[in-house]
Amino acid sequence: MSDGPLLNIVDLVKHFPLGGGVLAKPQGWVKAVDGVSFEVSRGESFGLVGESGCGKTTLGRLILRLIQPTDGRIEFEEQNIFSLSPAELMPLRRRMQIIFQDPYSSLDPRMKVDAIITEPLRAIQRLTRQQRQDTAAELLEKVGLQKADLDKYPHEFSGGQRQRIGIARSLCVRPELIVADEPVSALDVSIQAQVINLMRDLKDEFNLAYVFISHDLSVVEHICDRIAVMYLGTIIELATTEDFSNTPRHPYTQALLQAVPLPDPHRRTEPFAMEGDVPNPIDPPTGCSFHPRCPYKFDRCSIEKPPLVEATANHLVACWLNQGLGMTNVE
Amino acid sequence: MNEKLLDIEDLRVSFHIPEGVARAVDGVSFNLAPGETIGLVGESGCGKSVTSLSILGLIPSPPGKIECGSIRFNGQNLLDLDSESLRKIRGRDISMIFQEPMTSLNPVLPIGRQVAEPLMIHQGLNRAKAYEKAADWLNHVKIPAAAKRLKDYPHQLSGGMRQRVMIAMAMVCGPKLLIADEPTTALDVTIQAQILSLMIRLKEELEMSLLLITHDLGVVAQMASRVVVMYAGQIVEEAGVADVFDHPFHPYTQGLLKSIPRTVRAGERIKRLNEIQGTVPPLTQMIVGCKFADRCPHRFELCREKQPTLLRINDGHRARCWLKEHPERRRGNV
Repeated sequence: MSDGPLLNIVDLVKHFPLGGGVLAKPQGWVKAVDGVSFEVSRGESFGLVGESGCGKTTLGRLILRLIQPTDGRIEFEEQNIFSLSPAELMPLRRRMQIIFQDPYSSLDPRMKVDAIITEPLRAIQRLTRQQRQDTAAELLEKVGLQKADLDKYPHEFSGGQRQRIGIARSLCVRPELIVADEPVSALDVSIQAQVINLMRDLKDEFNLAYVFISHDLSVVEHICDRIAVMYLGTIIELATTEDFSNTPRHPYTQALLQAVPLPDPHRRTEPFAMEGDVPNPIDPPTGCSFHPRCPYKFDRCSIEKPPLVEATANHLVACWLNQGLGMTNVE
Repeated sequence: MNEKLLDIEDLRVSFHIPEGVARAVDGVSFNLAPGETIGLVGESGCGKSVTSLSILGLIPSPPGKIECGSIRFNGQNLLDLDSESLRKIRGRDISMIFQEPMTSLNPVLPIGRQVAEPLMIHQGLNRAKAYEKAADWLNHVKIPAAAKRLKDYPHQLSGGMRQRVMIAMAMVCGPKLLIADEPTTALDVTIQAQILSLMIRLKEELEMSLLLITHDLGVVAQMASRVVVMYAGQIVEEAGVADVFDHPFHPYTQGLLKSIPRTVRAGERIKRLNEIQGTVPPLTQMIVGCKFADRCPHRFELCREKQPTLLRINDGHRARCWLKEHPERRRGNV
């Protein structure tokens, strides 16, 4: 085992062609992920937040090599996963798993629970029926379901229970990294709390690292150690949860945090309504992609794209306001 | 002036499905004063959407059936009206905004036509006048270059813009009551903030009442003056918004409030979220006693034997819980 980070993402780029065909040239490119770099340590819970279309799901799929990047690399324990052959990739696959958002479409309705849960393991090695049942039973208990549920089909479970089955499946091969793509957003509040607590417990028990993708800031703040904010394919701020919540530096992060309605009737704030929509990723704005919506923009913002640099220790921001101009934390 | 704009009494709606009879709404009563905003809160399947659809006579029948009860709007029982008279009220006096703006707008009609339609139907405006007014409204809900966009189709707009069109459509006739069913759930958080502030502004301008259906307690805290909490087809607690958040009485309300993760800005960080054990019982299941008893940390014998009614906690605060009469049964530290 090496001392380096578990996951190291360097200058990752993924552009999807628009239109075109076998012979025709594409008419443009959607820059879903456009130069993203970060590291995830063992046992760390890394949050990826942003609004729809910011590229967070594409990034999650790249991490598992479910799709190929346009450029850049992802190192899992210093091995670039994109340069491996399928046979070389196999042993790595069992060390990284995914939990999907929708517990209804991510479980095969015609498979029984024990088959669903052990499927990742059966892809790697043969299991006798007994081994399969035992493994599945043990995992079911870990996620708060019962042995009696082994012979049931997915439709016999509620949404929260299905998500538990999905979690059990991802744990089956004892992974070190789990990419969780909006794992609780389809669940009701009281069930969401159960699943979040379960994911926390499992993280401690198995020393799991999470890449936790979500649009819900309160959930991410609750479960993550570090948080990266994405906007139009790039990371615009990366900080510890502490810094993210207390001293957000990028105007977009500030706006995101302001926009969450507080569950407190005594603190009614006129919802901070940032004007405008997320721009079209096919034709992103020049310079800083946030500048058309930014209340603090100045000339440079529309011309030059700000790099992601350290504003204070371990707090990275891509904003010209934070590049030594002394203007930070605008209220 | 009528003190109750909307008065729902003992509404019972059931769905006859192969698994049995699902009692989606099981004796719901509440009322709404002019200009008031009520937040109707609860998790999926608690009956909040069915309640709102009943008001507009939109329950699909079969399998749905309104078993009994009354829904009085300005004193008139909407359940007695034939479809023709109801149509005159829908879109004029009562309008509705739905969760998913893509499925609730007609994809093959330009948005201008869709916003102008209620004006032509209810106010008898001619085409030109109606389109002119539609453009005014699209402008009012801050759709940029509204006059040029009248001919756009829904797919040409973003999710936030579509929801603005929905709002314009609901508002054109100046309704007295707006029912908003999860109006911002499908939207991103910055867009949600825009839509909520738009709704607050329009509500004040038009002095209308708002029935806001949502599962998001943050939205309720920011918008509502009164809160109705539903569980398994019944109201379990009803109170002013401050009472619900400061002194929730029902164990379900208490559990819900403690189970939401909060941003640091919203308050102190809790290490572990409160869980409400178990899941909502299926609506087809006949339950003697309190419907929440299986999941309740305070339950005692009486809860299994007899269903509590909505008991008065204090002025304007009611809760469906036996703990009101047996406060000694409430356990600490749960």
